[in-house]
Amino acid sequence: MKSGGSKLEQILESGQLAVTAEIGPPKHSSPEAIGHHAHMLKDYVDATNITDNQTAVVRMSSIGAGVHVLQNGIEPIVQMTCRDRNRIAIQSDLLGAYGLGMRNLLCLSGDHQTFGNHPTSKNVYDVDSMQLIQLVRRMRDEKLFFCGEAIKDHEPRFFVGAVANPFADPFEYRVDRLEKKIEAGAEFIQTQCIYDMERFSRFMEMCVARGLHERAYILAGVTPLKGWRGAKYLQSNVSGMIVPEEIVQRLKNAEEPKAEGVNICIEQIKYIKDNIKGVSGFHIMAIAWEEVVPEIVQRSGLYPRPKIS
Amino acid sequence: MPCTGTTDHRVLLRAFEDGADGVFVAGCMEGDCHFLKGNIRARKRVNAVKKLLDEIGLGGERLEMYNLSSAQGARFAQIVNEMTARIRELGPSPLNNAKEGGAA
Amino acid sequence: MIIAEQKPLAEIAGYIENCKKVLFVGCGGCVTVCLSGGEKETEILASAMRIKRRLEGKPLETVTYTATRQCDPEYIDGLENMVKEADCVVSLACGVGPQYIAERYPDKYVVPAMNTTFVGGSKQHGVWEERCGLCGECILQKTGGICPIIRCSKSILNGPCGGSQYGKCEISKDLDCAWQLIYDRMVALGQLDRLKEVLPPKDWTKSRDGGPRKMTREDVMIG
Repeated sequence: MKSGGSKLEQILESGQLAVTAEIGPPKHSSPEAIGHHAHMLKDYVDATNITDNQTAVVRMSSIGAGVHVLQNGIEPIVQMTCRDRNRIAIQSDLLGAYGLGMRNLLCLSGDHQTFGNHPTSKNVYDVDSMQLIQLVRRMRDEKLFFCGEAIKDHEPRFFVGAVANPFADPFEYRVDRLEKKIEAGAEFIQTQCIYDMERFSRFMEMCVARGLHERAYILAGVTPLKGWRGAKYLQSNVSGMIVPEEIVQRLKNAEEPKAEGVNICIEQIKYIKDNIKGVSGFHIMAIAWEEVVPEIVQRSGLYPRPKIS
Repeated sequence: MPCTGTTDHRVLLRAFEDGADGVFVAGCMEGDCHFLKGNIRARKRVNAVKKLLDEIGLGGERLEMYNLSSAQGARFAQIVNEMTARIRELGPSPLNNAKEGGAA
Repeated sequence: MIIAEQKPLAEIAGYIENCKKVLFVGCGGCVTVCLSGGEKETEILASAMRIKRRLEGKPLETVTYTATRQCDPEYIDGLENMVKEADCVVSLACGVGPQYIAERYPDKYVVPAMNTTFVGGSKQHGVWEERCGLCGECILQKTGGICPIIRCSKSILNGPCGGSQYGKCEISKDLDCAWQLIYDRMVALGQLDRLKEVLPPKDWTKSRDGGPRKMTREDVMIG
């Protein structure tokens, strides 16, 4: 194990399928809901992402929320975007997060601030996600700050992750970019949520052909849909997302759309388990519907979760 | 001028500054411009000046562009009557009043 | 060229509402080329202000003049006599103009008629687009001649991000994704391999983040 004690890393290294979930922090200062969600998820997932001002809407910080998640018994995966912080703030936050017990870090660019509730704010993007991956690895493996200065002691030893989006363009370049992120040092990958199984399948074929699945752990992202309107919204309004029309129609025609949405999610997980090579686990993003994760994990045959000492 | 395409924003504004109550620009039918697109350019400029006149409080309705061919005598008369009626309704240009220090 | 757009008429009128005689100075440089602050636009602005003020019963006297440029002191010196007579100077140049005029004539009220927006070029007659990020360390040779600092909304140097779809940027369907353009160009050049290189974090001191910048040429300085 290369990180300073990440359970997620240990599970992935042992060859078992890992399961991660996602928690969205609140738009206020009370940790009550986070604690509640963490408590509900703890026996069903190995670690949980905590989003970082997702869609550029101000929420409790990922690291702040991470403390509460940790206290409630699950290992957090801190998400860090490049949108809001320069390299000084990033490193400072990483030292703090590690000191508070966090061991997993997901590096991403971050949705542009025009999507959020503070569109007039200054755009930071001092570094991009690729550079962030490379430099966070360097902090751990070479004990160096981004500027090259030595970290004398207690360097942060994160298990470093990145995202991949097989549904964005240019498609042919997406695998190249994933390879570049792995070269830069990404150790685990979480994909954007899958609805277009055919495209995901092609993507994974290309990854396996290059042996990327042996150099980093690729977790397939899935999200249960509550109804056809939600599906339609993702289809038309979210850049980089593909939702086939069959799924929209299936939800429209269902007697109980929520149950159908959960069924679709479970079918996807089972299909991937049985048919797609190179996937090391699942990332279940049920934002604002965390209650449904235990059922999905159980019915997909992913329960119980391995115990790590 | 040989073509409404040479209409300059400043000429239109000058007419109003000098006290004109209304101004209209008569260009050839669209598609018939001897210089191909002169009348199209004129319309865009006239629209820009109308907008400016609205912004400064004089009112873009006092300026208009019409398209007709030089053979359409009756149409020309119709346009003149239409424009005259419109301007009569709007009243003299406030710049006219200002010049004479306010009418009773 | 530097692109600047004229402020709304009401806003400019507000700046000069207590002035009786105003000098409007246009610029023969960039703003003439992008049709926002040249001789014609200066005269139109002066005319609009005159009409507006007459309607308000507070007539305005205007003088218009178009300087060759407003970013060279010699042309600012040339305004002296006109500036002396005016209550206010309205500059239609980019942000440099009002600053140079105000510095040369410190006791004169100088206002900008323009919002200076970006450095760019003309796409077609009447359309100008931003192209240069003024970052101080050009890397166009690495990206097939397409600037990722300014054409990518996130200034990503190792792109594209996950929001690029159908060749468009996530923030607008009207914006091309710079990295899609770079990818296509590198493919056309047979240089796609070069994108494997992880470009390191930028040195932003070369851009405005290092403080106001200067350039000198010792060999041409006099005295």
